[in-house]
Amino acid sequence: MLTRFLGDISLAEEAVQEAFAVALAKWPSDGIPPSPVGWLITTARNKALDRLRKEASRSERQLAAQLLNDVEQAEEHDVRDDHLRLIFTCCHPALAPDAQVALTLRLIGGLSTEEIAHAFLLQPTTLAQRISRAKAKIRDANIPYRVPEANELPARLGAVLAVIYLIFNEGYSTSSGDEVLRTELCDEAIRLGRLLAMLIPQESEVLGLLALMLLIDARRGARTVGGDLVLLSDQDRTLWDEPRIEEGRTLLRICLARNRPGPYQLQAAINAVHSDAPSAARTDWRQILELYDQLMAIAPSAVVALNRAVAIAEVHGVEHALQLVEAIELPKYHLLHAVRADLLRRIGRTADAAAAYRAAFDRCENKKEREFLLRQCQSLTRH
Amino acid sequence: MKQYLLSVCYPAGGSQPPPAELNKIMSDVIALQREMQSAGVWVFSGGLHASNSATVLRHQNGDIVLTDGPFIESKEQIGGITIVRVPDLDAALLWARKLASATTTPIEVRPFMEHPS
Repeated sequence: MLTRFLGDISLAEEAVQEAFAVALAKWPSDGIPPSPVGWLITTARNKALDRLRKEASRSERQLAAQLLNDVEQAEEHDVRDDHLRLIFTCCHPALAPDAQVALTLRLIGGLSTEEIAHAFLLQPTTLAQRISRAKAKIRDANIPYRVPEANELPARLGAVLAVIYLIFNEGYSTSSGDEVLRTELCDEAIRLGRLLAMLIPQESEVLGLLALMLLIDARRGARTVGGDLVLLSDQDRTLWDEPRIEEGRTLLRICLARNRPGPYQLQAAINAVHSDAPSAARTDWRQILELYDQLMAIAPSAVVALNRAVAIAEVHGVEHALQLVEAIELPKYHLLHAVRADLLRRIGRTADAAAAYRAAFDRCENKKEREFLLRQCQSLTRH
Repeated sequence: MKQYLLSVCYPAGGSQPPPAELNKIMSDVIALQREMQSAGVWVFSGGLHASNSATVLRHQNGDIVLTDGPFIESKEQIGGITIVRVPDLDAALLWARKLASATTTPIEVRPFMEHPS
């Protein structure tokens, strides 16, 4: 049966052996699954696909994707549960966050160890060690391979969403290195977000996260010009990806109808307001501020407070915003200094603004962002 | 089933909580032990005297030499241990969570190696 799907007897044999090995390790403690044969086939197929993914050439990958589709139609439920179990195991809170990210990208995502290492500026051997340590902990500590019970689902789901959003952010605002964007990470995070939305569509925050990523990612084409960073207010809005924005809006409308707001949905809503504005000047900042107030009420953090201060500047004036920013304690966060610099510049405190840009520059590790901050700083001293 | 060691950790050289607090902790820990026993997960538990009551034995030139005091001076000490027998880490974490609430100290959870049999 597997051979039919995989078209390669030795691959199928190896996969079945691996699946039996997993069954031997798991079944005595976890109990025999409701459909043991189905479980074995699913596991064997996943093992084989994993192997294909590791070793495959492009054409083989396409074949694997095709096979996956065929099997998915045949065994939709098994595959669904299997994917979910794997996601929750990879994002188990007993694993360190960086291990969660690496495992999720490696086991659920479609990136190779080399690609993940490149995206996080790590040596492939370092990343491989991180992954094998995490796998060893899953094995030795017997981290269960299952979907959490309903009562613990919200907390555990939070970790899964955080991992996916972290991957997206590292792609969209790369923290270090020479490029602003690492598009492969954005794509991968959105792919994971879509998968999760397919698996647990009843959780509004899952849809909220996907909407948030789509709405932000829709601006990807306008975020850089010639590799240089362009601020949201200066972006050419005709370059925004309208179908992506529309998809994000549609998801948000579903969320709104359910009326169970959460941090990801609120952030998505804030981004939707930006997407709706025909120009930066015509942005509905009052609505954005209202959404930030709600966000501060349910998920307060210094970063949210900083973003809220940006909206305050537009609604209640720069002086008011500056007071708020001065009170935020995020000394190492370069964007705090960048926001402060921009506010100081707008009220004509040029020397203070230049010093703040300098502080932002010193704390930023991304080359393109550093260049941007330097340009801002230089434009001040020239005038 | 798998066995997990739940160690009660506290900073070395710290002072004991006041008697009233200590009494509450003791009764909470005893109640939790009963709960573990009736749930059938309890294997063993016990509190430990301070590490200056320890004696260390080591090989030296084919002989065994005794020294007074702990093996290593560390920032954390183990104040007691509990061993539970549960299906997986999630179940162990559930009990560890209760133990952390009862002792008000950090709890380290470590899996035992499987028996070779």
